[in-house]
Amino acid sequence: MYNFDFEQPGSVEDAVAALKEEDALALSGGQTLIPSMKQRLNAPSKLVSLTGIEALKGVCQNGDTLSVGAATTHATVAAEGGAYAALAALAGGIGDPAVRNRGTLGGSLANNDPAACYPSAVLASGATVVTNAREIAADDFFDGMFATALDEGEIITSVNFPIPEKASYQKFEQPASRFALTGVFVAKYADGVRVAVTGASEEGVMRWAEAEAALSADFSSEAVDGLSVAADGLISDLHGTPEYRANLIKVLTKRAVAAA
Amino acid sequence: MPKDQGIGASSKRREDVRFLTGTGNYTDDINLVNQTYAHFLRSDVAHGTINSIDASAAEAMEGVVKVFTAKDFEGVGGIPCGWQVTDREGNPMQEPKHPILAEGKVRHVGDPIAVVIAESPELARDAAEAVEVDITELPAVVDMKAACAEGATKVHDDLSSNLCYDWGFVEENRDAVDQAIKSAAHVTTLELTNNRLVANPMEPRVAVGDYNRANDEHTLYTTSQNPHVIRLLMGAFVLGIPEHKLRVVAPDVGGGFGTKIFHYAEEAFVTFAAKALNRPVKWTCSRSEAFISDAHGRDHVTKIELALDSDNKFTAIRTETYANMGAYLSTFAPSVPTWLHGTLMAGNYTTPLIYVNVKAVFTNTVPVDAYRGAGRPEATFQLERVVDKAARELGMDPAELRRLNFIKPDQFPYETPVAVAYDTGNYHATLDKALDLTDYAGFDARAAESKANGKMRGFGIAHYIEACGIAPSNLVGQLGARAGLYESATVRVNATGSIAVMTGSHSHGQGHETTFAQVVADMIGIDESQVDIVHGDTSKTPMGMGTYGSRSIAVGGSAMVRAAEKVINKAKKIAAHLMEAADADIELKDGQFSVAGTDKSVAWGDVCLAAYVPHNYPLEEIEPGLEETAFYDPANFTYPSGAYFCEVEVDPGTGKIEILGFTAADDFGNVINPMIVEGQVHGGLAQGLGQAMLENCVYDDNGQLLSGSYMDYAMPRAHDLPNFTVDHSCQTPCTHNPLGVKGCGEAGAIGSPPALVNAVIDALHRGGYPVEHIDMPLSPSRVWNAMQSVK
Repeated sequence: MYNFDFEQPGSVEDAVAALKEEDALALSGGQTLIPSMKQRLNAPSKLVSLTGIEALKGVCQNGDTLSVGAATTHATVAAEGGAYAALAALAGGIGDPAVRNRGTLGGSLANNDPAACYPSAVLASGATVVTNAREIAADDFFDGMFATALDEGEIITSVNFPIPEKASYQKFEQPASRFALTGVFVAKYADGVRVAVTGASEEGVMRWAEAEAALSADFSSEAVDGLSVAADGLISDLHGTPEYRANLIKVLTKRAVAAA
Repeated sequence: MPKDQGIGASSKRREDVRFLTGTGNYTDDINLVNQTYAHFLRSDVAHGTINSIDASAAEAMEGVVKVFTAKDFEGVGGIPCGWQVTDREGNPMQEPKHPILAEGKVRHVGDPIAVVIAESPELARDAAEAVEVDITELPAVVDMKAACAEGATKVHDDLSSNLCYDWGFVEENRDAVDQAIKSAAHVTTLELTNNRLVANPMEPRVAVGDYNRANDEHTLYTTSQNPHVIRLLMGAFVLGIPEHKLRVVAPDVGGGFGTKIFHYAEEAFVTFAAKALNRPVKWTCSRSEAFISDAHGRDHVTKIELALDSDNKFTAIRTETYANMGAYLSTFAPSVPTWLHGTLMAGNYTTPLIYVNVKAVFTNTVPVDAYRGAGRPEATFQLERVVDKAARELGMDPAELRRLNFIKPDQFPYETPVAVAYDTGNYHATLDKALDLTDYAGFDARAAESKANGKMRGFGIAHYIEACGIAPSNLVGQLGARAGLYESATVRVNATGSIAVMTGSHSHGQGHETTFAQVVADMIGIDESQVDIVHGDTSKTPMGMGTYGSRSIAVGGSAMVRAAEKVINKAKKIAAHLMEAADADIELKDGQFSVAGTDKSVAWGDVCLAAYVPHNYPLEEIEPGLEETAFYDPANFTYPSGAYFCEVEVDPGTGKIEILGFTAADDFGNVINPMIVEGQVHGGLAQGLGQAMLENCVYDDNGQLLSGSYMDYAMPRAHDLPNFTVDHSCQTPCTHNPLGVKGCGEAGAIGSPPALVNAVIDALHRGGYPVEHIDMPLSPSRVWNAMQSVK
């Protein structure tokens, strides 16, 4: 790790100001950024910690919406997100206890790792990502592997999740990292079903439109039987071929519907 | 009632007090006054010519002491290889130089190019980034068969090819084996890979070099399984330091698994640099660095053919194996695919004709050497897989086919056609025991239940034999070993009767401090707490060869017994004098010497005191003091064996395996501490099942390591494994060592991979997927892909 300056502001405004410095980076739970700095793959001049900002923390329910502060840890969402049980279960299955007690929702979304769990929940829920500057719909937020709609220095403050009638997240773990080799989040709302897939596409988290249409018409595992996923554009690595991932998308979607 | 002390008791591991409370003393805990820190700059390409190294900017940085490159090591020897294999024509293997730092060329990712010495580890690492190295990348040789092709790029320009040796065993049997296979009623053939592994001990390697100018003495603290071997190799062959001026200390070591047997360049470097700088030099390996600098394990590609007659008796076995040596020969690398592998190809069976061909190949990858089991897992895996396949082809129960071909209990000692003689064993007993412990008869009902739940259940059997307790020195000398493989012990009795045992064996997790103390305490009849075990320091222990090959209790323990017998014999003479009786009438029981047929007795402690305070003592007949040393050279290997059963469920949707049950029925001969033996089996099973299901070291075509961290290299975790059923009640004691012990350290890693793979193949067949073989690791995607290939 190279030397860097460290700031821990108490407000979003101060954090935004601190991030104006060239090569400054926002630090939330640090579960990706700190290891990459230790490996000397990342060398920010300054880290601006967001975890001292109380306004970014906490889980609260407003009617049909569960609002989660961006600096809320996975462990807190797992413990307090019961109003959206599938989301709480997803948070409780990320990494291990050490990761869950440091890692945050906002950090995960801003990083947009193609195998991270949270992006699938945000996309399948049609959630709204709230930043210091604006509100961004989930469909507009994710912009390919490790890329998002966030501008330089823009900070996620919270995410508003519409609470579905039924939902389930099915993660199939990559054997080494235990990230999602493929994960599928299915959420059923009054106006239709949304299916989001993580870990599979070279473009990062994605929706599976055919399954959404079939499940919106008939919310049952069998509704997916006749569908297939094209292997084109899916990730190929040591742990799975594109064809294998295509199979997992279908299998996990069926299991998510059954478990929802 | 189980004993609570001595041989046969499950004494608690005394070393765990310090390991579990964070008070162990590992090499990285050693910090010397005025210490400097080394950072190795390693090649990031697999093969290339070094055009220039410019360290001037690095050396000018504050806190940098010096930058070393190969030119600083002119006149210094390369890292030696401890075993010479001769090929089918009788010629010695090709043996390239293994320099401490790369000379002119780099040959694998991780090959060290330069070393920065600085006042802190961080400064050394910063400065290493300022060393400018100009390398012209060359094509990399990664695939073994491609490496052997005509015109392949050579890893070593000065060798005739990438072939280290082409070994045939037993060469005289070659034609007879070919003939037997040609005329067989049935031949089962299997091509398979034994996957490359990274050992990943919990403690990465560390080396600290120290030099005392006042008396010209060197000390190396290192994470080693065999400090005396390091002293011998490094002192005599690399740096030219005589033994009396070189001390090697291997303190607490956090796991070895073979990868800490070998003499590494970093050890020689810190020893050399400490003298050059007249300051201590410390190197601590990072986990990432371990992946590209620790010797890897396994990496064989094999074709095996098993011939059977019309009665389903095995008539011949023929194998052809490509064994990866990596870029250089690590210390014992040539012996692993040959003498530790070919000699085990008879397994537990009476196959009369066997021919093993091994081509050892240089590639632009990290050197490959012994890893828990070393050669024996590779032999067992191919044999137990091909036997299982043969049973399926013949429509036989796999247990019955094995039983039909087992060496029978009355056939021991049994001479195999591959040069070893099994002294004792009872394979029918271990197979029956495993069947007893597993509800084999109820399997069909369980399989039906799995099917109802959408899963495929399978049952896999493997039987193994291993040659442990290595090794008879005269035999291994004939086979190419450049060292003896005896072990040593000094039993030093103190004046009040407590004992220190100095052993050449080295404990790096095995619990020697507990087990060895049980043996000596039991022989004398004193409390275990009165015996301490001292190991890991060449200045304290007699010359010994260290710990690997499940040898410590069988060879090291035997040396200890011999030394303790000498002590007891002398003590009996002293006791006879004290009781005014004849030597021959003295008996020792429960720490009391008595005169047979009388009520006269004298306590152990009083005899010890007399030995050191010899006021009333037969000085004209025996010397004062009570301390004896013994060296023990085994007459044969020991041959642990066992039956391993694995039951699995496969999820057809994802290909994911769940291990539902695993039974290990081992014959380790006599057992000193059942709890420690059980722990050793658990660890071995976890490693073997890790290899079978999870672990895989993978290079791409350019020689880049794709599985270079735990993000991609899958280590087994507790929840991947079932609760094991472990039994070692089948005991045929070793006939040629005083304790009747065989060794238990490697068994689990040897027997478990074929049991798991056989179980998965069985599950797939039962589920309607007639897959013949899947190469390890049986990851979900590999299992699923195999299922699709037969759909």
